[in-house]
Amino acid sequence: MLILDGVTVEVAGKEILHDINLEVKPGETHVLFGPNGTGKTTLLMTIMGFAGYTVTKGRMSYKGEDITTMPLHERAKMGMGMSFQRPPTIRGLKTRNLVALCSKMGKDPEELARRLSFEKFLDRDVNDNLSGGEIKKSELLQLMAQDPDMVLLDEPESGVDLENIALVGEVIAELLDKAIKHFNEPMIEHKKKRKKSGIIITHTGFIMRYVNADVGHVILNGRLSCANNPEEIFSCVGKFGYEECVRCMV
Amino acid sequence: MHGLKEKAEKALNKKAAVGRDIDLNIYRTGTPESNATGLAELCETDLLSAGIVPSGEGRSGSYIQEDHSVTHCNMTQKGVEISSIEEALKKYDWLKDYWWKALAVDTDKYTAFTELQPRRGYFMRVAAGQKTVYPLQACLYMEEEGVLQSVHNVVIAEEGSEMNIITGCTTASSLHSGLHLGVSEFFVKKGAKITFTMIHNWKEDVVVRPRTGVVVEEGGVFISNYVSLKPVKDLQSFPTAYLNGDNAVARFSSILVAPEGSWLDTGARVYLNGRGSRSEIISRTISNGGTIIARGHLIGNAEEIKAHLECNGLILTERGIIHAIPELEGRLRGVDMSHEAAVGKIAQEEIEYLMSRGLSEEEATATIVRGFLNVEIEGLPPELKQEIDRAIEESEKDIF
Repeated sequence: MLILDGVTVEVAGKEILHDINLEVKPGETHVLFGPNGTGKTTLLMTIMGFAGYTVTKGRMSYKGEDITTMPLHERAKMGMGMSFQRPPTIRGLKTRNLVALCSKMGKDPEELARRLSFEKFLDRDVNDNLSGGEIKKSELLQLMAQDPDMVLLDEPESGVDLENIALVGEVIAELLDKAIKHFNEPMIEHKKKRKKSGIIITHTGFIMRYVNADVGHVILNGRLSCANNPEEIFSCVGKFGYEECVRCMV
Repeated sequence: MHGLKEKAEKALNKKAAVGRDIDLNIYRTGTPESNATGLAELCETDLLSAGIVPSGEGRSGSYIQEDHSVTHCNMTQKGVEISSIEEALKKYDWLKDYWWKALAVDTDKYTAFTELQPRRGYFMRVAAGQKTVYPLQACLYMEEEGVLQSVHNVVIAEEGSEMNIITGCTTASSLHSGLHLGVSEFFVKKGAKITFTMIHNWKEDVVVRPRTGVVVEEGGVFISNYVSLKPVKDLQSFPTAYLNGDNAVARFSSILVAPEGSWLDTGARVYLNGRGSRSEIISRTISNGGTIIARGHLIGNAEEIKAHLECNGLILTERGIIHAIPELEGRLRGVDMSHEAAVGKIAQEEIEYLMSRGLSEEEATATIVRGFLNVEIEGLPPELKQEIDRAIEESEKDIF
C-alpha cells in the first residue's frame, strides 16, 4: 500500500528525518510513538505531500505509484487523508460546506455529524473557536466524508474528553475498517479483505483500546526504530522510557 | 431652500477633502427627457447583475432612472412611498426641512454642482410603524457615452418603521465613460430601521462620487452594505452617519474588488453622539492589480458607546495596492472602541489544508476567497444576503 524506501526529509534546510524505511500493507494499522519534537508529525506531513517537507533522498510509493514528488491534492485524490493536530481557521467557510466539498460520494454532512454529536458546529466557520477536542471531531468528520484508503492520524485523541473518547475511538475504528461488529462472513475472512490502512501518532495509547493496531514504531531523533507489537512497545516505553525502548527493541 | 443656491455657487470649485479632483466640464449633462423609453428597452441583464428585478416582482416598489429621465416608478404597498424627488418636492412642502440637512450643500464641488442641476433622484418614505414586505429597489442607469448623471435622493424612515432598499447603479453594456454624482440623505427616526444595500456595476472609464449623510435618532438602526466587484476608473465615497439618539446603531460593510486600472477610495465615518450608540465598519477588499483605500473613522462623543472597525484586504496579484486607514477618536471616558486591520496574501497553510482534502490549488484559493468575502452582517435580511452572494458568484470568473 505505502512504501518508504530510505526517505530523508529536510524542513527549512534542516534534516529532520533520516533514512526512513517503512511499509504499510493493505489492511494494516501502524502506530507511531516518540517524544515531542522527534519527527512524527514531519513523517505524516511528508507522506501527505505538504510543501516545505522536502524529500532529499529515497522514494515513496503508494498503491504502486511513485508519489515522491506528486502534488498534495493528487495524493488526496488517490485516497490519502489526514487529520491534523492544529489545522488553520478558514473564515467565511462553513464546516458544513467543507464536509460537502470533501465528500466524493455526496454524503450528507448532517448525518455524518450526528455520528460524532457535532451537528451544532456545522454552521461555524471551519475550526473557528473550537476546543482541542472539537477540532479532533471536525477533522474526523472531514475524513469520514473523504473516506480515505490511507488514513493518517496525528494524535487523534489528544484533547478529547473522557465522555467523547469512545465516540472518537469508534469512528476511527470504522474509518480503518477495524470495528468489531457482526459481518456476513467469518471475522477472519473479512480481515483478509480489509483494504483500509492507517498510521496513527499517539502519546497516550488510548486509541489502541478502540483500534487494534498491527505494528508499532518508535521515532527518536528523526530515526524510525523497530517494527514490533504496538502493545509491547507501549508498555516498554511506559516502564523504561523511549531511549531504553529503542535500545532493547532494535 | 433660501440661500442654498448661493452657497452652492460659492462651492463650485471647492475640491473634495479626499480623492482625485475631477473636471466636471468634460462630461455632458444633457436635459431630462419625457418618459420615452420603457423598462423593456433597458438591458435586462445589466439590471439583474446589479440586483434589480426589471419586472418588479418580489419588490415593494421600484424607481428606475435612465441618465436624466425617470423611466419607471411604481409602488405596490400601502404606507410605502417611492417617487422622483422632483414630484416629492412639489407634493410635500415639509421636504425642504430635510433638504441638505444630513449633509452640507457646500461639502465640495460635487454636492454644489448637484444642487445647481435640475432635480433628479428618488424619494422614499415609509410611514410610522410600517414595514416594507419586500425590498424597495432603485436603479440609476447610465446609458449615453460621456454622460454626467447627478441625483439627490432623500430616504425617510418614520418612527418605528422598517425599510429594505436595494440599489443597483449600473451602465449600459455599450457605455464606457461617464460621471455619476449621487447625493443621498437618510433619516432614520426613533426606533426605525433602514437596510440599504448597493450593488454597483460600473465600467473601466466611469468616475463615481457619491455623497451620503445619515441621521439616526434614538434606537434607530442604519445598515449599509456596499458591493463593487467590477472595474471602475475612480470611485471615492466617504458616507457619514450621525448617531444622534441614544442607543442608535450604524453598520457599514463593504465588499470591494479592484481589478487593474481601478481606483476605489471608500469607507465610512460615524459620529457616535448618543449615549450607548453602537457602530461597526467592516470592509473586505481584494486587489487584482488595482488600488483600494479602505477608510474608517469612528468618533466617540458619548458615554457607553461601542464601536469597531475592521479592514481586511487580500492582494491576489503580483502588484496591487490596499491602503487601510482606520481611525478611532475617543472624546471622553467610557468609550469602547477597537479596530483590526490586515492586508496580505492568502495563507499557504489554508490552501494546503484544503488541498489535503482533495481540492486543487485553484479550487482551494477560490474557496478561501469566497469565504473571505462572505461577511456575516448582523440583521441583514436573507433576500439581500442572497443578492450579495449572487453578485459575488457572478463575478468569480473576474476575481480569480
